[in-house]
Amino acid sequence: MKVTLKVWRQKDAQSKGAFETYPMDNVNEDSSFLEMLDMLNESLTVQGKMPVEFDSDCREGICGQCGMVINGRANGHLEGTTTCQLHMRSFKDGETIYIEPFRASAFPVIRDLKVDRESLDRIIIAGGFISSHTGSAPEANSIPIGHATAESAFDSAACIGCGSCVATCKNSSASLFTAAKITHLAKLPQGQVEARKRALNMVKQMDIEGFGACTNTEACEVECPQNISVMNIARMNWEFHKAIL
Amino acid sequence: MLDAKIPEGKLQDKWNNYKAKCNIVNPANKKKLDIIVVGAGLAGSSAAATFGELGYNVKVFFFQDSARRAHSVAAQGGVNAAKNYQYDGDNVYRMFYDTIKGGDFRSREANTYRLAECSASLIDQAVAQGVPFGREYGGYLSNRSFGGVQVKRTFYARGQTGQQLLLGAYSAMMRQVNTGKVKLYNRHEMLDVVIIDGKARGIIARNLATGEIERHAAHTVVLATGGYGKIYFLSTLAMGCNGSAAWRSHKKGAYMAGVSWVQIHPTCLPQSGDHQSKLTLMSESLRNDGRIWVPKQKGDDRHPNDIPPEERDYYLERRYPSFGNLAPRDIASRAAKERIDAGHGVGANKNAVYLDFRTAINEYGENVIRERYGNLFRMYEKITGINAYKEPMKISPAAHFTMGGLWVDYELMTSVPGLFALGECNFSDHGANRLGANSLLQACVDGYFIAPLTVGNYLSGEIKTGKISADHPEFEKTEKEARELLDKLVNIKGNKTSDHYHRTLGRILWDKVGLERSKESLEAAIKEIRELREDFWQNLMVPGTKEEINSELEKAGRVADYLELAELMAFDALNRDESCGAHFRSEYQTDEGEAMRNDDDFAYVSSWEFDPKGEEPILHKEVLEFETVTPTVRSYK
Ligand code: FES
Repeated sequence: MKVTLKVWRQKDAQSKGAFETYPMDNVNEDSSFLEMLDMLNESLTVQGKMPVEFDSDCREGICGQCGMVINGRANGHLEGTTTCQLHMRSFKDGETIYIEPFRASAFPVIRDLKVDRESLDRIIIAGGFISSHTGSAPEANSIPIGHATAESAFDSAACIGCGSCVATCKNSSASLFTAAKITHLAKLPQGQVEARKRALNMVKQMDIEGFGACTNTEACEVECPQNISVMNIARMNWEFHKAIL
Repeated sequence: MLDAKIPEGKLQDKWNNYKAKCNIVNPANKKKLDIIVVGAGLAGSSAAATFGELGYNVKVFFFQDSARRAHSVAAQGGVNAAKNYQYDGDNVYRMFYDTIKGGDFRSREANTYRLAECSASLIDQAVAQGVPFGREYGGYLSNRSFGGVQVKRTFYARGQTGQQLLLGAYSAMMRQVNTGKVKLYNRHEMLDVVIIDGKARGIIARNLATGEIERHAAHTVVLATGGYGKIYFLSTLAMGCNGSAAWRSHKKGAYMAGVSWVQIHPTCLPQSGDHQSKLTLMSESLRNDGRIWVPKQKGDDRHPNDIPPEERDYYLERRYPSFGNLAPRDIASRAAKERIDAGHGVGANKNAVYLDFRTAINEYGENVIRERYGNLFRMYEKITGINAYKEPMKISPAAHFTMGGLWVDYELMTSVPGLFALGECNFSDHGANRLGANSLLQACVDGYFIAPLTVGNYLSGEIKTGKISADHPEFEKTEKEARELLDKLVNIKGNKTSDHYHRTLGRILWDKVGLERSKESLEAAIKEIRELREDFWQNLMVPGTKEEINSELEKAGRVADYLELAELMAFDALNRDESCGAHFRSEYQTDEGEAMRNDDDFAYVSSWEFDPKGEEPILHKEVLEFETVTPTVRSYK
């Protein structure tokens, strides 16, 4: 198939960026979206031109390192999908595809489609953990946890930290990301001891990083590759309010 | 002479004896000691977290943008532990025996036993961190079984066990970042290790976001850089996985062992064309409920649902009745290749076999199967467009895990004093074939439980050393060499990409140093690899400069190392005139096509020294002494 790419090229955070046009021929429709970009990069490289910088690693939808805005939507038009899991068969022959980096002030562009998401790591550093050190753990079966509780904690824990929620939110809020971690740990007995402190510290860090506030548009849930529910945000608000009382 | 430093005593007492006698560093002195960890997967993060908790100063380097992304994240199926929660006869000895037998009696007894011995604590540790393992309705932990064993000892978090364990280790490490004991260097790649007076004293790293070259000094360097299976180009590994830290350490004196023992995983998505950049693994846990078959008739083009049961060949069940679809990976992969080569392969390229859930869906219902493997079925549909609840999956073997790696002694120290290797980047626990769900375990056990003590034992001798200075001439020299290598790569300005060379190398290795090797194929491989390497240094194209973000340069450095490592793989395989585990030499097989091991001549670990001047690497043999088990013919029939 044939497609025309309009790719955002930007040298670094300080430079101004612009779209460049790349016509692509002979794209295999079974190839993934990123394999199509690999193909573009190989042809640019052979010509001695700088390839399009973008992040990806596992290419299985689990590491969260990929992520770009495709035709105006984070990770493209399919629901519950990372960029690396998008395949060319879901595009039309002859289509023009716009590709941009995730845009948020807390995600500065490094180059082209690569952005810096360390702000998400810093939210975890602020409290996204249970303070148990190596050696201190009790026997694993000493605290039974109901099947449903464990499964629902898992649903929250499944977040891959890709930042699609931020990229898609009109406020660039990291609420879904932060809430998923707060909720995962608050649901488990092991995490409840520090729940209060955790909610306060993580929410505070989210603000320090310059992420916006949540105004309940719920776009994040729609774009989340892991289908993390906005109910997590409700739980975060509850945990936060319990904590400040 | 290689000394594995195995502690005295009976097998079951060795680790306790070690712990009782190893030196430790008191809390006040720990503050004066610096540790560099390279790699932030399960082994690296768990080690860094624990070093931080103990009070050492830790710097962690990794190429990803966040430590949560290292490829441990992609391990799906589970992690083994001898908890015996099912009361099905499991215990530490049985787990040890399964592992050493699974490795075809080519690993060290003491290391393998310790892996099983520490397994139970790892589950406790992970649960305390909030890892949401699957549970029964009563609230207790649930288990499944995995290939090559007859008990249920695998703990799992749906099909995302690696992700959840990694997030546990990551969060423990982030807690230490919060306390200031651990400092992270993301988007950094180690270019070389710095050795001063025979000891590892730091690294040269490149900041991938800026191109800057940096020097970092420490009292010890701990590598946890994963496997090099990506050398085949098409593999289940992540795009950035590489063997460069291990290889460059090898060139600085660290021996590499069992280098050609690469696990080809039986359940991956088949190759569909030249556009592919990687292959996707489908968890082996699927083999618990999926049945593997091919049409009995060659070239049968009917839709799988139209082929009646009596015309299907469930070849694993036929050849290995007692393990059936749960035969170990090396055996399952080879059996698939045998059927495909015999003309029974399915799919457009006739390079796959069916993995069929119809029996399980009829027995338990679609919902149960969905709860067990829902995310895997979803992933399968995303990639192939096929609904596997309605028709069988098509799967095929692909390069996956490297049992080989840096040679380490019982303390996980390489042959360079002060340089440690944890997790997949060492060779130690899996012999010639790794059992499913043992790799997450090894990474965690090495990082949480072993390295904190053994590195401490080493550091107890460094208390009086004082700060290591990055101004030492050795740093200067190593940095200069690293810069020169980058310049060389950038300045060729030829007309072929790194990916071109990587793909070509992968094809050579897959055909000649893959599931099956022979003297003939290996000698041909060595010749072709040398030619390809020559071509690489003449015609490579890396655009841009080294002073900026440059992913083509990153790739070029990794491929340059692969082109050398590949040759060592071929030498390693050539040296071993026997078949064992993943190493199947076509000259050494029984009439039924099973591997023929030769314990009289090859019950050793091949450990290779880099010879900068010589044409060929230098072999050191670590003889494997079996005091407890008797190596038997490994039969899963
Ligand atoms: S590359 Fe890992 S999620 Fe896309």
